[in-house]
Amino acid sequence: MPRETVASFDITYQEVLSSDGSVDEALYPSELSDAELRELYRHMKLARRLDERAIALQRRGELGTYAPSTGQEAAQVGSAMALREDDWFVPAFREQAAAIALGGAPRDVLLYAMGYEEGAEIPDELNALPPAIPVGSQPLHAAGIGWGESLKGTDRAAITYFGDGATSQGDVYEAMNFAGVYDAQTVFCCQNNQYAISTPRHVQTQAETLAQKAVAAGIESIQVDGNDVLGMYAATRDAIEKARQGNPVLIEALTYRQQMHTTSDDPSRYRSDVEEDEWLAKDPLIRYEAFLRNRGLLDDDAIDTIDDTIEAELEDAITAAKTAATTADPADMFHHVFAEMPASLRSQHAQFIGGEDSDE
Amino acid sequence: MTSKLRMVDAVRDALGDALSRDSSVIVYGEDVGVNGGVFRATEGLINEHPDQVFDSPLAEAGIVGLGIGLGACGLTPVPEIQFQSFLYQGFHHLQQHAARMRSRSRSTVTCPMTIRVPYGGGIHALEHHAESFEAGFAHISGVKVVVPSTPSNTKGLLTAAIRDPDPVVFMEPTRLYRSTPEDVPDGEHVVPLGESRTVQEGSDVTLIAWGTMLHKSLDAVKQVNASVEVIDPQTIWPLDMDPIVDSIRKTGRCVVVHEAPKTAGMGADIVARINDHALYSLEAPVERVTGYDVPVPFFAREDAYLPDPTRIAAGIERAHNS
Repeated sequence: MPRETVASFDITYQEVLSSDGSVDEALYPSELSDAELRELYRHMKLARRLDERAIALQRRGELGTYAPSTGQEAAQVGSAMALREDDWFVPAFREQAAAIALGGAPRDVLLYAMGYEEGAEIPDELNALPPAIPVGSQPLHAAGIGWGESLKGTDRAAITYFGDGATSQGDVYEAMNFAGVYDAQTVFCCQNNQYAISTPRHVQTQAETLAQKAVAAGIESIQVDGNDVLGMYAATRDAIEKARQGNPVLIEALTYRQQMHTTSDDPSRYRSDVEEDEWLAKDPLIRYEAFLRNRGLLDDDAIDTIDDTIEAELEDAITAAKTAATTADPADMFHHVFAEMPASLRSQHAQFIGGEDSDE
Repeated sequence: MTSKLRMVDAVRDALGDALSRDSSVIVYGEDVGVNGGVFRATEGLINEHPDQVFDSPLAEAGIVGLGIGLGACGLTPVPEIQFQSFLYQGFHHLQQHAARMRSRSRSTVTCPMTIRVPYGGGIHALEHHAESFEAGFAHISGVKVVVPSTPSNTKGLLTAAIRDPDPVVFMEPTRLYRSTPEDVPDGEHVVPLGESRTVQEGSDVTLIAWGTMLHKSLDAVKQVNASVEVIDPQTIWPLDMDPIVDSIRKTGRCVVVHEAPKTAGMGADIVARINDHALYSLEAPVERVTGYDVPVPFFAREDAYLPDPTRIAAGIERAHNS
């Protein structure tokens, strides 16, 4: 019996707008209008500025722990903009930029970071799950949604976001494997931002790419320059179309977490300024801004206008979040455990609000 | 109209009924399709409902995690975990997501999942196939825990669990799957969650037991010289204490029986609740007859571990005579 190759695979890498400013015209998503191209920029800028304001608020003690998406705006905004309005968004905890691109409110991001469940309420017009903190758990929920939409006979897709660290979790493999078996309409977007808190990508796995983690599950994958908003848009658009047909896809977005893991973290303990500076040169906003200027879609005046509206929007969001926080009722924690409060909980609730002193 | 069914048939009957009535109900799990489940609780369902019944890959975290997604997008997942001990592989999805999806989203996302788990000892199965972790599940705020004890309440409680808008762990005592058939109502049959059932009335001692232990206790009651009122909580959490408290006010004596280990078992919680509501009615300490605080032994020692009618009868006598 001779030895022979019975399976082989390769991983494709894609970028549309390169870090040197060149554009691959064959891959360029020409369907994007000028207004949409500017919208991508505004979402990225808003997310960046939201992080800056949030970190400042946290340092002043007005916000709890916050996980910035700075540096990952292209990966998130580009992919999110490829979704249809009724598609599903299944985030981890660093997906503010994607949330904004999907119409999520900065007020909710802030309210969530202030420690209020009100910030994780899903608006009626959005199909989404709240942020998932346990790393790598939510891709299974997205696989379930993608399977469920298929069972319901819709062509809605679900996209889930997770990081390089999450790919070490068995759940992420299970999610891709189930998605493959059940023809789930799911896109798995792995933002490889090079670090899981302090642990670098190469300590997570000996695999050459994270995209190849899809191979064992039998689903398609692609590696994309995650700091290229146009490349992320194009790759996700293609992946979503495949997912709608029941073919799940894994996207590995190569990017960099420019900021701390969360506001509780100090990256200087585990990485060098030199490395950070190298990635700053590949900043997704700088690259995209230059592209828009070159195409005559953006100039200093337009940027000033965008910045002014962003500042006003964030001021309003901060005020709205603080107002919501002052009116939040602690007793609400009893009201969202079950659809109907069981007797023992009714008794504890009554005790909490100072009614009858009953103990069940 | 009724049919003579065993418990395992009643499970199948309830699932078939739910699948027929509600196209959002999705039954899936390891070997539940073509094979009909290792206990045959899903026998034939895949033929009758091929668009709603699915064999799954062997991955319990995935099975529970997928259910959260199915529920979020408007379906009614009813997964089977082949044995309760393998729900630990999916425990994080139960505890971290299913149980708290409602609270963390302020009821904008919910999880109407019913996880069926065969549980408990008495069938001489391999290691990890005989545990009874109802107290652990009950400790998760946001999850309901149901243990049926007869074919009839199996059908009724499972129907109620599937219709419940919140996550339910539905624990089926494997020892009872194939015990004596009884009359079970045909068609729709609902036993509401959260209601204890008085199985037999008595005046000397109140005995609380569920699942297989209910039947061991009924055997024990025949051996003692006391009038024993027997209560089956049916829903372990949220627990309906009213019939228990009323009974203890009458008898002043109580025994709680479960096959799980004693420490931090449901018995401890029930005793605490009795203290809250009926302490001054007690004429003797509440007896607990339980499994020992040891890992459930391999099946050769299983009978030594599980409470049997002799141990339970001794517990009743202690409560009665002290």
